[in-house]
Amino acid sequence: MISRRDFLQVGMAASAMLGASGFGNWARLAAQQSLTQDDLFQFETFGNVSLIHVTDIHAQLKPIYFREPSVNIGVGSNKGAVPHLTGGNFRKLYGIADGGPSHYALSSGDFAALAKGYGRVGGLDRIATAINAIRADRPDAILLDGGDTWHGSYTCYHTQGQDMVNVMNALKPDAMTFHWEFTLGSERVNEIVEGLPFAALGQNIFDAEWDEPAELFPPYKFFERGGSKIAVIGQAFPYMPIANPGWMFPEFSFGIRDENMQAMVDEVRAAGADCVVVLSHNGFDVDKKMASVVSGIDVILSGHTHDALPEPVVVGQTIVVASGSNGKFVSRVDLDVRDGRMMGYRHKLIPIFSDVIAPDPEVAAVIEAERAPHEVAMREVIGQTDGTLYRRGNFNGSWDDLICDALLSEREAEIALSPGVRWGPSLIPGQDITREDIWNVTSMTYGEAYRTEMTGETLMAVLEDVADNIFNPDPYYQQGGDMVRTGGLSYRIDINQPQGARISDLTLLRTGEKVDPSKSYSVAGWASVNEGTEGPQIWDVVEAHIRKLGTVSVSENNNVDIVGA
Amino acid sequence: MTFSRRQVLAISGGAIAFAGLPAVPAFASLAEDAISEFTGGTAPGAGDLSISAPEIAENGNSVPIEFDAPGAVAVAIFADGNPTPKVGAFTFGPLSGSRFASTRIRLATTQNVIAIAQMEDGSFQRAEANVKVTIGGCGG
Repeated sequence: MISRRDFLQVGMAASAMLGASGFGNWARLAAQQSLTQDDLFQFETFGNVSLIHVTDIHAQLKPIYFREPSVNIGVGSNKGAVPHLTGGNFRKLYGIADGGPSHYALSSGDFAALAKGYGRVGGLDRIATAINAIRADRPDAILLDGGDTWHGSYTCYHTQGQDMVNVMNALKPDAMTFHWEFTLGSERVNEIVEGLPFAALGQNIFDAEWDEPAELFPPYKFFERGGSKIAVIGQAFPYMPIANPGWMFPEFSFGIRDENMQAMVDEVRAAGADCVVVLSHNGFDVDKKMASVVSGIDVILSGHTHDALPEPVVVGQTIVVASGSNGKFVSRVDLDVRDGRMMGYRHKLIPIFSDVIAPDPEVAAVIEAERAPHEVAMREVIGQTDGTLYRRGNFNGSWDDLICDALLSEREAEIALSPGVRWGPSLIPGQDITREDIWNVTSMTYGEAYRTEMTGETLMAVLEDVADNIFNPDPYYQQGGDMVRTGGLSYRIDINQPQGARISDLTLLRTGEKVDPSKSYSVAGWASVNEGTEGPQIWDVVEAHIRKLGTVSVSENNNVDIVGA
Repeated sequence: MTFSRRQVLAISGGAIAFAGLPAVPAFASLAEDAISEFTGGTAPGAGDLSISAPEIAENGNSVPIEFDAPGAVAVAIFADGNPTPKVGAFTFGPLSGSRFASTRIRLATTQNVIAIAQMEDGSFQRAEANVKVTIGGCGG
């Protein structure tokens, strides 16, 4: 008799083999300029159920460049574990050849050169083609959207998410969960969700007044597929009112609520679920911990931290799947569900190379219709860049350096703070910077660029607070963003210290002097979670700055001295 | 302090008494002193007592907590980082169907919320949960 664990291992072997054949070949195929759509989609259909996972699209309707991080430090039990391996270490772990398409899609290093060779990634019309190909193999495949869909672009902002709703509806998802959607404000979220033709799930979305499950967001939905009952449980981002402005959706409360997750798993099992899938916006490390705390989950489709992994990570009896961000990937997970349980799986992370995958004409037409009224404004060229502009990294990215420079200059401040969000596509050297590009890295419903006075002591407290949200060794205390970006400051951070002892040597770059805890400094920033924040919108501040520069020069940022990584 | 009907129902047959408002700066030893006062110096053990609270408070001024204390005659709640650590005490009579309560408390800063249960046999149990109170911002 083969145990369930053995089947999981078989599943893993199959997955790794698919990875090996697919990924290994692509390098050669690409060299011959013969990488095809069929190569990318190639998959030996397995079992009786297929899941399709997309997540963290951040309103990227069109193909973009997206550079993966070089710095993504793991702490506690996740030190040195995926997704906290980057660049060459990541490629070594998965046996990915340097310079091949998998290198370009999944890891940092030689980004600008590879981007010129392999082109843009993503585009919801290409994603539609991938989904259609999977549905051709398995017509009743379950399409699940992990959220952060209705946020992050010029058109999304101006239509209050309607562009994304219309295009996603054309893809016909079966269920969705949420994060940035709530920053549209609860009234707008309610309006959209009430009209959604698919399930809006969140076992951890509660009514703030009564602390009981919010009626609009059921905890789970059952799907009958391949003779089996599949339960999909939603898990929204747990720290919405903390990481984002809670005053925009005061009726709702969130939290991890893993005890309720266990109760929901038990409830669906008792109701006959043969397989339990969690559609999660927890972030990868939180999902790993939840898989170890909650029993009975077969698959976690993980979102929020924007990680892309070519294989699932197995935690006990649960597989955790990470499907990237910004439309760069689609995950296909085939399951063999029999005798009331998941007996095995086969998985593939499909990179959406936009020059290889043909756009689906119907969805392309819907996208163009959404964009048409805004094209002229979006296409306006504001400047050029001579280096790669990117965001991902624990401490800084060249886009954020540019945003901090814009704040210092346009708001006449000594110090700039920019939020450590992980969304926002990249630009490669020599590209024009259009208005759309600026909005892609700044668009939000609370983008006011404030200017205020802060004492050195307050500044220190802010840095310590944010650092603990990233480097607390317990994943349940991690909110999943990156460190707040600073302009005009340098500091040293010891990752492994407790909150209050990580940050030292805070120095004002303008004078070279140590920051005095009792002295007041002028600070400009954006994306404050406080109600009533005043200032010009950040995209206008950045646009004005780039216009003055003409060509943006990217230089290396060595202002954060990292210890203990 | 007002209670909504739902919260009162959640107390399930228990009586509630709340301590006064915070006034002076707090130290963890204040909490231990208050706990000793409740237990009469008896060292509490572990048992079926459980307390649940959010890992990170959405609003430090109103943090939902709940405890389940099978077999308890009284449960006191302490917040070891508040200026006045004793938050409140719940007593349960023989007719209490379950020894469970939920309420909301104010937390000044990141700290432990501690439940001490006095059992029918006079022994004590202890359970605690750490709740982080954070400035927030910067979600990915």
